[in-house]
Amino acid sequence: MDENRILEVKNLNLHFKTYSGNVQAIRGVDFHLNRGETLAIVGESGSGKSVTIKAVTKLLPDNAVIDSGEILYEGQDILPMDDKKFSHLRGNDISLIFQDPLSSLDPVMKIGKQIMEAILIKKQGTKREAAAKALELMRAVGIPEPEKRFNEYPFQFSGGMRQRIVIAIALACNPKLLICDEPTTALDVTIQSQILDLIKDMQRERDLSVIFITHDLGVVANVADRVCVMYAGKIVEVGTVEDIFYDPRHPYTWSLLASMPSLNTSSEDKLMVIPGSQPNMLVPPKGDAFAARNRYAMKIDFEREPPMFRISDTHYAATWLEHPDAPKIGIPALLRHRIDEQLREEATS
Amino acid sequence: MTDDKILEVNHLCKYFSSGKKSVMKAVDDVSFFVKRGETFGLVGESGCGKTTTGRTIIRLYKPTSGEVIFNGKRIDGRLSKEDSRAVTSKMQMIFQDPIASLNPRMTVEEIICEGAKINKLFPDKESMRKRMYEMLDLVGLTREHATRYPHEFSGGQRQRIGIARALITQPDMIIADEPISALDVSIQAQVLNLLNDLRKDLGLTILFIAHDLSVVKYFSDRVAVMNRGRIVELSSASQVYDHPVHPYTKSLLSAIPIPNPRVEKQRKRVDYDPGMHGYDASNQPSMYEIEPGHFVFLSEKEFADAKKQLAAQ
Repeated sequence: MDENRILEVKNLNLHFKTYSGNVQAIRGVDFHLNRGETLAIVGESGSGKSVTIKAVTKLLPDNAVIDSGEILYEGQDILPMDDKKFSHLRGNDISLIFQDPLSSLDPVMKIGKQIMEAILIKKQGTKREAAAKALELMRAVGIPEPEKRFNEYPFQFSGGMRQRIVIAIALACNPKLLICDEPTTALDVTIQSQILDLIKDMQRERDLSVIFITHDLGVVANVADRVCVMYAGKIVEVGTVEDIFYDPRHPYTWSLLASMPSLNTSSEDKLMVIPGSQPNMLVPPKGDAFAARNRYAMKIDFEREPPMFRISDTHYAATWLEHPDAPKIGIPALLRHRIDEQLREEATS
Repeated sequence: MTDDKILEVNHLCKYFSSGKKSVMKAVDDVSFFVKRGETFGLVGESGCGKTTTGRTIIRLYKPTSGEVIFNGKRIDGRLSKEDSRAVTSKMQMIFQDPIASLNPRMTVEEIICEGAKINKLFPDKESMRKRMYEMLDLVGLTREHATRYPHEFSGGQRQRIGIARALITQPDMIIADEPISALDVSIQAQVLNLLNDLRKDLGLTILFIAHDLSVVKYFSDRVAVMNRGRIVELSSASQVYDHPVHPYTKSLLSAIPIPNPRVEKQRKRVDYDPGMHGYDASNQPSMYEIEPGHFVFLSEKEFADAKKQLAAQ
């Protein structure tokens, strides 16, 4: 096993039992997280990104069935562990931040107590120590006048401040792995930017490994070292942040990058539209799940699922376009133009 | 685009009272105009009053004071039956949440035709149905969709239904309140392109309300930035983004994450503290025109400084 890998997910397959049938939510997901790095998982809602991390933290609902796969945390497979054993890891070693700070906090419990609770449950100190630690954490995440705010309730805090509290709770037991599930989606841009800075600072100070789930590519560019792009329960492209933004290979990644206007997009430019909608995962399509929406789809895309093609040591993409016999299509002109402009901008700034 | 003003908002205020004493000034002395055929973007963070402004203009709220002039007529306050009908059919709204804004018990046909029916725009059922089919076609849906219910559609399709409903009365102006923020990324582009095509083909005037600055810039001709119930900066889209003057605009622009890792990772955020202006009784801000068509809400002294800075650029 690679010592440097804190987390490794191998060929994870998972479905949900529902009244209308089995929803194939995760279909062979492979990825790893190196120590101290930030891995961003991007995808639309329903692509399976949240389910993946729920599997990693064993927080799946009862109707989820794991068909196969391994999830190795520091070399240990966590899937066979029972809840009691795993709950020692979750909270102590692995911590979570969710999208909506209001629903992750207890509305009738004082803020200070909620932070202390995390420490006390994990038996990491006495009440007095926990209170001191809670104050210290509140200071660390940038809450002004922590002594005063210690005895206030969540409704007395603004959205950004609440998310800071949630981060303080997540950090209370000195975790090694921090999982952030769309932590800034519910926040305004200026607050988002503050929270992203805070997460990055905490990561640097505490040497955390971070998995960051988001659908906002701007946020990915800000925080990530490496990126996984997910579509219909599979990882379709993985690479360093530069691989994904400057040399994307999968048609889905192309569309994602070119579908939203950036500040440099002139209003004359058309946006690249992904036609149709996501496939129904009750009956996953044969072949490449993206084929039906892919203007570059070839015959084989509708018949056989593409394997992961290696582009470089860090960069892999699951598209038949990378096959040596495939026609050389290259990045669409619209996106090419955008990337060139970005690289020029970088050179001038 | 002509210089003809389709909508004029003068000193519009909307206060909400919460409890006996406290008054929430959601919209405070907002003035702007929209020219026929242009897209006017209203942007700001949540709670800045942009949605309230839109809703007050379309008469969903009664303004506390100020006037709204639409097609040359004042439309705030009480209206005669005919006038009210003219306003409701000529000004339509697209809402943020395509699930909440469509009645789950009505078919698509009923939803789309409701506005036309209420305003008695068509002499008979056939002509109305014909028009409805045209609308479905226009927004990229098919005739077969007419008899279905909203739950049978995906988010993007539902938003198309909302757009078709807004268009059937042949409005002059559409108020689009965050029309894409509840949609998935791949769907957002579909709806944005649709709105863009409609605007060109039908010559629509759009008041586009959104919090996403990159989208507003892409979509709008002129932009007003709102903060705490007031417009702090108003100009052409490119001016606001290339030469922002008000500190709040600068801060807002510096916070947008840019999907370009090398630039994004080095970027510095500019913070905005409303207390930094140091306004007092003798030093009150007001609207100044810093260059032709570019307005900022600053005090006299700040304005003089900003003007010098802009000239130096």
